[in-house]
This record gives sequence, structure tokens and C-alpha cells, in this order.
Amino acid sequence: MPKKYDTPLLDQLEKGSYPSFVTEIKKAAVKHESANDLLGALEQCYKDKKTHWKHGGIVGVRGYGGGVIGRYSDIPDQFPGVAHFHTIRINQPSGFFYNTKALRELMDLWDHYGSGLTNFHGSTGDLVLLGTKTENLEPLFAEVSSRGWDLGGSGSAMRTPSCCVGPGRCEWSNIDTLDITYSITQEFQDEMHRPAFPYKYKFKTSGCAVDCIASIARADCSIIGTWKGDIRIDQDAVKWYAKNGMDINAEIINRCPTKCMSYDGKELQIANEDCSRCMHCIAKMTKALRPGKEKGATILIGSKAPFVVGALLSWVVVPFMKMEPPYTEIKELTRKIWEWWDEFGKNRERTGELIERKGMRNFLEAVGLDPQPAMIREPRRDPFYFWQPDELK
Amino acid sequence: MSAPQRKTDIGPPHFKQFLPPVIQKNYASWKYHEVLRPGTMVHVAESGDKVWSVRMASPRLISTDFVRDVCDVADKYCDGFFRFTSRHNVEFLVSDESKVKPLEDDLKKRGMVMGGIGPRVSNIVHTQGWVHCHSAATDASGLVKVIMDEFIDYFTTKELPNKVRFAVACCTNMCGAVHCSDIALVGVHRKPPIPDHGRIPNMCEIPSTIASCPTGAISPDPAKKSLKINNDKCMYCGNCYSVCPALPISDPVNDGVAIVVGGKVTNLRTAPKFSKLVYPWLPNNPPKWPEVTNAVKGILEAYVKGAQKHERVGEWIDRIGWEKFFKLTKIPFTFQHIDDFTFARETFRTTAAFKW
Repeated sequence: MPKKYDTPLLDQLEKGSYPSFVTEIKKAAVKHESANDLLGALEQCYKDKKTHWKHGGIVGVRGYGGGVIGRYSDIPDQFPGVAHFHTIRINQPSGFFYNTKALRELMDLWDHYGSGLTNFHGSTGDLVLLGTKTENLEPLFAEVSSRGWDLGGSGSAMRTPSCCVGPGRCEWSNIDTLDITYSITQEFQDEMHRPAFPYKYKFKTSGCAVDCIASIARADCSIIGTWKGDIRIDQDAVKWYAKNGMDINAEIINRCPTKCMSYDGKELQIANEDCSRCMHCIAKMTKALRPGKEKGATILIGSKAPFVVGALLSWVVVPFMKMEPPYTEIKELTRKIWEWWDEFGKNRERTGELIERKGMRNFLEAVGLDPQPAMIREPRRDPFYFWQPDELK
Repeated sequence: MSAPQRKTDIGPPHFKQFLPPVIQKNYASWKYHEVLRPGTMVHVAESGDKVWSVRMASPRLISTDFVRDVCDVADKYCDGFFRFTSRHNVEFLVSDESKVKPLEDDLKKRGMVMGGIGPRVSNIVHTQGWVHCHSAATDASGLVKVIMDEFIDYFTTKELPNKVRFAVACCTNMCGAVHCSDIALVGVHRKPPIPDHGRIPNMCEIPSTIASCPTGAISPDPAKKSLKINNDKCMYCGNCYSVCPALPISDPVNDGVAIVVGGKVTNLRTAPKFSKLVYPWLPNNPPKWPEVTNAVKGILEAYVKGAQKHERVGEWIDRIGWEKFFKLTKIPFTFQHIDDFTFARETFRTTAAFKW
């Protein structure tokens, strides 16, 4: 494709040492009219200081209610190549691991049926194929699905679950984040591909409280690996850190949020019953300290971005759950949560918002969880609470 | 050529086929890791096996040719395996130490940038912006590019007190993790939507549009079979526009970028925190957004100067207090900073002890 548009504004974003998305669009524009027109349309946005995309229409592939986001330009006559420019969400493999054979195949298909532009990855975790026409959707889906790929979630459905690198390459991971994510995704294919919920529902699984996948802030169901039992200490490795210049009292002991550690210049001691498992000491002294041996996860529910009444972080509902295949307990809990949400949730109401509206007690009783101090930061401050008839004489 | 047989509901490919042999062998048996250079770390397994990870920057919006180039490198040095991080970086996974240095040299020769490991700036989680979104109040990729160019040294070499996680969201829907990031930029509107009475009756469902407003600012306009907006109640979130396309809200002059800081998702040391408002509005000034990059620079410099080792931006501010934060950064304090929405009363000061 010859160059179609002058893009003096975007060209300025090709300078500087960080890799440039403009350069990437230009690379795709050599082969694709749509990428060429995207360049023109984006320059127009930069000139006008406003977006030129319209709301998505309903487009998709046969038998699916999601996975494709319809996208149309509001100036199609000017940029016909992006008149339709739909996004396809491909469900990424757990942990974002790939081999080159599979990806080359996928890239060849995308050059054949689409714009040659991608996101590795979208905010939720999908492998995003950015921009194609309605008539290409079915043939592309046949090609990719016959090669073992499937669509991710969109709309009021379970969204594509994602996770941290976990046991693939991290010594801190208390649970098999990759397998949990795969198993949940396979279990709920129908809930992901055929939107039937009040709104979106996201799963994110982190192997420990460092939470590299941001599950506590970005998932309706946050699964965070943790442990019971004592932190394992290698005192020789502690000495190695001291010898290599670490000020253990300043960097580790004084930074411990529960003050459960001490160091006398020789040995590191931990009062494990006072440890809240925040991961600071383990993350900073990775050779010397390792999580305890009884592994499981804390399940937290409800986080979301600010739309509409403010952002929420997830709340602890199950302090400790064993996470072993086939992960029956989390799947059963999920079904109960969805049943309750389905019955009481309003249109576009997230699970966390419904819990706020109906009350945590209502939620816990509906899904069969007993109250525990780990669920709260502090007990209520007001004297206004309910009793049930069977609690009274 | 007839299309192959389509399959449905098969889910993603099983991850195991994408794990390099060294990872398959040592799965869930890693012992510790060491950061060797800003872009290179080594993980050591119980078995003594090692895997080196070389982290390379990516703009996230990448062409098929970029992916093919990455594949070429992975074929040459990593037996055809690699991964992406949760912040969109590429990670080459090397099981043979003798290939690490040649891989780094090769990436340098290709003009690639390595870094982001340890107490540094990593890649920026962001949204689609003007590249692909109908509700974007600003561009995301452009802002990411100018911020990363500005702070490139903190990606490739220089250390910070702790990690600084940037995020960019092009509207208040915040598809990026803006609400819990150290320093985050968010596209904002400042004027109510203008109902298009010609299109609303055919295009929008009246009850769900009314219900979408968090402040109850939308009411029916029966005479026009349309909607009215109470401008005094509207706080320009744009949620109604997502539900009803005939309520356009974008405004090239008044839209802009807000900056929120001090959030974190990790549980390390202190509980996860939300990001809080420090700049209510800065002008949308593409392609370089100089006002925004300058503002971010001021915040980051104050953090570097004032924070103790291991303190994240939010932990530093918690220690010194917000009143001192505004003093140090010289950011003007305005009515917009004082919350008057859902969580307002939790944010007012209820002690007489504060700093001058």
C-alpha cells in the first residue's frame, strides 16, 4: 500500500526511545488499507482533539453473543478502510505463554482477514485482534477455532479469566494460577460466550499477595494464593543478605506491618501467629524466606473500576480455600453467587454493587458462608442491626 | 478454498504446550530469583536448573510483523518460547546461559529497549483511546508514549525508591487499572452531554438511560419523546453516553486529563489503596501533552527526593501527609480535590493534628 495520508502530528510520536505504536500502525499500513486509513483517522482525532469512533453495533459469529466488539468510524466517507473496524477478543493462554509456531500461524491468518494490528494484550487479558470487516468474522473464526483458539468474553458475561505467571516461573506462587484459570475458563464456556448476566463478571488469579495481575482491584472474583503455617527461614541465606549489604533491620524488620519479626545481627525470628502474610519480607529476601507449606487461596469478591458510584476493592469472603483440581469448591461458590446476582441484580449492576445495596449478610447467607473476623476491617459502628425470628425467644 | 470446520466452546489452548521444557520440568518447583540487570533476571529451581528472563518493552499496540520479529528472536535463543507480562512487556525465556548475552546484544542491535524489572518504571497499563474507542476523552497510546519517553531512564537503568506503576485510562470507565496505580492519567469531560432529540427516540431506551445516571440527573422529556439533563446534577461521567449514543459528551476544548496518585494493588507492607486526585484537569494537548508530562515529572521528582527505600508513592504520601504532598509538589489545591461524591465523608480530616 502506498502512503495515503500526511500525519505530521502522529509522526512526532515516532521519535523518542520507547517503541512507538505509530511505527507499528505504519508497518501494518504497508500491507493493509484498513491500517492505512486508521493512520489517517487517528491523525484526524489528534487534529480535532476528539474520538471519531461510534458505538459498537451488534456483530459476532454464529452461536456466540460476545467476543467481537463492533466498531464503526463516524467519518466513513473520509476513511472507508475503517468504516467497519471490529475488535476480536481471542482467549489468551494462561500466563500469556506462547510458542512461535502457534503465533506465526495466527499472525498469518490475521494478515489475511484483518488489519495486521493487535494488542498483546487487552486490559482484561485477551489477545486482541484489532480491526476487521463484518464479512471476515465467520471465515476467520473457522480458521482460528479449527486451530485450537476460541473467543474471549464481552458484554454482560463472564469475562476472559486471567492470572499471573504463577508456578510457571515464580517461587512465591501458593496455587496453580495457570491451571485454575484454565479450569474455570473451560467450566464456564457458556457463561462466557453467551451473555446472560446483569453485567460483566471477571476472574483474576494471583499466586500470592503481591498480586501481579491486580486481582484485588480488577476482578469481581479475586483469587489470591496464601498459606498457613510458618514462613520457612534459611538462616545461612539471611547471613548472605547481611553480608551483601542489606540493612535487615531498616529494610525488613521495620517495614513489617505487624512487627512480628526481629533480628539480632545473627538470626532472623518470626512470630508467625502475628504475621498477616503481606509478602514484603519474602519478596525482599527471596533466597532466605519462603511461604509456609499448607497452601490455599483467599477468595475476595466485588472489585471494579469507578463506574458508576465509585471504585471498589474486593472484599474477603472466604479467608482460606484449598485449591486443588478440579476446583469444585470455587466453582460451586461461583454458581451460588451468580444465582443470587441473577435474581437480585439490576441491569449493569456489578456483584460488588449488589452486595452494597442488599448488604453483606444477605450475600453471605445466600451463598452459605459463615461470618468471620477476617472478612472485616472493623465491626460496625452503628447500633442498627437485624435479628432473625429464630434468634429470638 | 473452503473454510475449515469451525469449533465452538473449546476454550483457550492448554497453556502446557506453550511452556518451555525447563519450565515444564521445574513447574511449581522454583526456589528463588535474582535480578541481574534492569531487564534480566534468573530464576533458580529446586533441581538447580535455571531460566533467564529478558524483558523487552512493547507499545502493546503492535503489528503482526512485530510479533514475527519477536518470534524470530525466540526461535534463535529460546527454542521458540516466550511470554508477555501482565504489563504488556515481552519476556524471552532462556534456558542456556551462553545465549543470554547474545540475545541482549541482538535486541539492542534491533533497537529494542530492555528493562522494567525491580524498583523501576514498567510498561504502562492502558486503554484504546482514539485508536479504537467511542467514549475516549483523550488518547491513551499517545500519552503512554510521551510518558515512557520522558522516564525511559527509569525503565532501562535508574532505580526508584520502589516500583512506580503508571496507568492511563482514556475515560472514567477506566478499562486500565487507573484507580489503584502509583501515578495514573484519566481522560475527563467537564460539560454535560447534549441530548440529540432527533435521534434519542429511535436510538435509546429511555428507562435504562435514566437508570444509568449515578446522580439522578436524567429525566424523561415526554413532549419530545426524549430526555432532559439537569446540568446542576451532572458530573460528566459519560455513563449515559455508553448506554445512549444520542447523548454526545465529548468536547475538544473542555475535555482533558486528570492525574490521580498513590494507589497500589499489592498487599506488600500496607493494604491496597485507591489512587487519589491531584490534578483535576490538564489540557488535552496532543501529540505531546506537555502540561501532563510536566505535571507527572513534578510528582515523580518529589517522590524520588522524599520517599524512603521500599516506599511506594502512596506509602510515602501516607507518611508525610497530603497537606505536605501539596506543599512539596506545589500543586494548587482546589474545591475539586474535596470529595462530594459517594465516599466523601471518609475523606474529611477528623483530627486537629496536621502539618503546617
